[in-house]
Amino acid sequence: MKKTVDLSLAQEFGLTPEEYDRVLKIMGRTPSLTELGVFSVMWSEHCSYKSSRKWLRTLPTTAPWVIHGPGENAGVVDIGEGYAAIFKMESHNHPSFIEPYQGAATGVGGILRDVFTMGARPVANLNALRFGSPETPRTRQIIDGVVRGIGGYGNCVGVPTVGGEINFHPAYDGNPLVNAMTVGIARKDRIFLSAAAGVGNPVVYVGSRTGRDGIHGATMSSAEFDENALAKRPTVQVGDPFIEKLLIEACLELMATDAIVAIQDMGAAGLTSSSVEMAGKGGVGIELDLDAVPQREPGMTAYEMMLSESQERMLIVLRPDRTEIARKIFEKWELDFAVIGHLTDTGHIVVKHKGAVEADIPLDPLAEQAPIYDRPATTPIAPAPLEGVHAPLSLDAMLLRLVGSPDLASRAWIWNQYDSTVGGQTVRRPGAADAAIVKIEDTSLGLALTTDCTPRYCQADPKTGGAQAVAEAWRNITATGARPLAVTDNLNFGNPEKPEIMGQFVAAIEGMGEACRALDFPVVSGNVSLYNETRQPDGSTMSILPTPAIGALGVLEDVSKAIGLGMTDGAAVVLVGETRGELGQSIWLREILGREEGPPPRVDLAAEKRNGDFVRAEILNGTISACHDLADGGILVGVAEMVMASCIGCELESPDSGIRPEAFWFGEDQARYLVCVSDAEDFCARAEKAGVPARLIGRAAGSDLILPSGVTISAARLAVAHEAFFPALMER
Amino acid sequence: MKSAIVVFPGTNRERDMAIALKRVTGKAPTMLWHRDTVLPDVDLVVLPGGFSYGDYLRCGAMAAHSPIMAEIRAFAEKGGHILGVCNGFQILTETGLLPGALLRNANLRFLSQDCHLRVERADTPFTHKWEKGDVFRTPLAHGDGNYTADSQTLERLEGGGLVAFRYAGANGSVQANDTETNPNGSVNSIAGILSTNTRICGMMPHPEDLVDPLMGGEDGLPLFEGLVEAFVR
Repeated sequence: MKKTVDLSLAQEFGLTPEEYDRVLKIMGRTPSLTELGVFSVMWSEHCSYKSSRKWLRTLPTTAPWVIHGPGENAGVVDIGEGYAAIFKMESHNHPSFIEPYQGAATGVGGILRDVFTMGARPVANLNALRFGSPETPRTRQIIDGVVRGIGGYGNCVGVPTVGGEINFHPAYDGNPLVNAMTVGIARKDRIFLSAAAGVGNPVVYVGSRTGRDGIHGATMSSAEFDENALAKRPTVQVGDPFIEKLLIEACLELMATDAIVAIQDMGAAGLTSSSVEMAGKGGVGIELDLDAVPQREPGMTAYEMMLSESQERMLIVLRPDRTEIARKIFEKWELDFAVIGHLTDTGHIVVKHKGAVEADIPLDPLAEQAPIYDRPATTPIAPAPLEGVHAPLSLDAMLLRLVGSPDLASRAWIWNQYDSTVGGQTVRRPGAADAAIVKIEDTSLGLALTTDCTPRYCQADPKTGGAQAVAEAWRNITATGARPLAVTDNLNFGNPEKPEIMGQFVAAIEGMGEACRALDFPVVSGNVSLYNETRQPDGSTMSILPTPAIGALGVLEDVSKAIGLGMTDGAAVVLVGETRGELGQSIWLREILGREEGPPPRVDLAAEKRNGDFVRAEILNGTISACHDLADGGILVGVAEMVMASCIGCELESPDSGIRPEAFWFGEDQARYLVCVSDAEDFCARAEKAGVPARLIGRAAGSDLILPSGVTISAARLAVAHEAFFPALMER
Repeated sequence: MKSAIVVFPGTNRERDMAIALKRVTGKAPTMLWHRDTVLPDVDLVVLPGGFSYGDYLRCGAMAAHSPIMAEIRAFAEKGGHILGVCNGFQILTETGLLPGALLRNANLRFLSQDCHLRVERADTPFTHKWEKGDVFRTPLAHGDGNYTADSQTLERLEGGGLVAFRYAGANGSVQANDTETNPNGSVNSIAGILSTNTRICGMMPHPEDLVDPLMGGEDGLPLFEGLVEAFVR
């Protein structure tokens, strides 16, 4: 039974009274149910970026190597030899809490489509994950489902999962974050865009059939139709990686022809957003005949079909004389192919179903009059300085505890469920280097890929945290020898209608923007996920830590020059960058003293660039044989990680730095690297000339980590402490 | 050596295999589509890894009924050489060209890691570049690699010397009940087997992904080099 379209229904669909008023003005009449559905999803936060757009515009998005920045399905950068890398990161947070396996799986599927829709063969997946407290049983269930979901999808489509990151914090108990990133490769003269063109050209639907899954996923559920149906039809979509694999191959085969005018995947808001955006960008009209849409079940209404978020579907505008060529390709891959409409010169989207016009909306106002908000934002309060800190345990005891702590423990249990080698181009697998390295087949090029964010820094000081996330990503790429090129961001925050949350968002963007400008590291794509909050039993709400996750990409002209982080036997171990011993918001402070206090480490972008450019040049000159950037846990954890990655030990010298030992060894000062070199004196002299602080801290040898006190920890003992956490958590 | 790789819907390691074959032969192998009904004149047919038909029924069960499989059976009957890796091994057991079956991994999770294989016989086209007892490293990546067979079949395989590779420690030690060295729980740590005429080999791990020092080593290369030597023409 249909409900009457009125303000109350519009509000159920997530529109405000002012927004509904604007709909009425644009339409000049009461909209139909389908029309209201189209407006509500297109104007949802998810599709319209209405709270964030004002601030996103402040980020730098250009560089000589940027081919397409934000606004396309994914960012495109020139990587040389006639190739382009196409990449983006996107969240699937809320679905991953409701149904972890499908939520995470369809997150991977969606981001893959954003990339191959532009003509790229996907060559790597990464994922940035945040989970609640490991002590909570629900957290274990979520990890299990998310990891199986990511693996189940990525392994089947045959795209290697090569990297990512995982943090734990109770603030994610009700809102885990699943941010999936895909990187693809295309010839740079064979990039496909979404702007439709050519009045009369056929609009073609390919892929899976449309069902009733995920209806109104971008705004809300469909309870207004049938309250009993809600229980059976959650808003979470169901993924089919096998169909996705066929869709990738079929689309790439079609893209090798000259048949495509424009192409876009059907992601959030499905057929609605793809058709509206393609026609809108091209400045044309579009007419759809829903009777032709391949359907999974009978009796679907126009509203349901326009709002369905069924997975593995694409919308293509074809050259009319190439329709049969295209049809044959999709028949070969046993995928549905249907001409469901054509482009018009009306500037309207017209949706017909069973002989009736179900929607007729002018496209320009739908896009141009979409709401945009300048929400009130309060400036975050600067954290108080850290005081009263001293080490309660011996250095070796603290180290063993840190390398086994949730945020630093080995992730091998997870990586080992992701196929990281399929494709035969994985030069550095997860854990072998600071960034994953993937070779570009038939070239000497390599890509360095990473995701980074330190949410506890962002919570304490969102601006510094935003800058630090960018700087750490840049540093991780640099540490392999690659040249950092560009960034995709996935901005996960709480409710933007709260001034303090909006204040976090604004400050984080400000910090990110500063870092991106200073490091010549533009943002080329991204995604915003707001309202990551959960109502508590006492009626209050808990927000996640502000989490502006950065996905980043760099390039190596000669991939054989990439280096890893494992110790080189016999090498001198040199610390690059200045050490002040900053313990505010450090892992040490949290894990050893149980305190989350103080300001995060300072981010000095000029030092970051100077130190990084020096290290990269030395790597490419062949003077550095291993390199590890310093981050969580500071120098001593960094050394231990290099020891564990190689099973080659290290004898450390007494720092003699005038800094308290725990601050020297566990402080998280930024812009630092540990490097293995053969001639430390020579190296440090060159560093001095470049204005880069560098000092010898030890020598790689044997199989033990030997502390300045003479206390010895074997690589094997470190590994036992490092590897216990995930199996103990997940297999108990 | 002339070789061909069969692509089924959902196959995803055909490119890896093509790289390995090109590395040793200098020429790209012929790619065959599962609906093809004619095999070209080749020495070796490879069924590569992946998730044919999504592995939605039983791994390899649908692919075993693809049109091309009739030609591959005929090729086998004529004494043709066939290599099946991962999903390809599963397809070979589903067609009956090799005995036994691959079950879910013992820990019920997908496994992606390096393993060590011990070479059990060195007088076949697939293994003759190694010595019996040699150990080499290779990646594995599968959810269903837990080899099993009934006791009669096992006796026939073990008695007839038809086990090609076993999962082992780096020092060559084989312990079927040790998940460190026999990660998927295969019976007798069996990682790869041979047909009675030793011309068909099925194995779960991926030697094709370790044929380049850049990717971490060339430990898988002897298998492909050995095949080339066996088919000099």
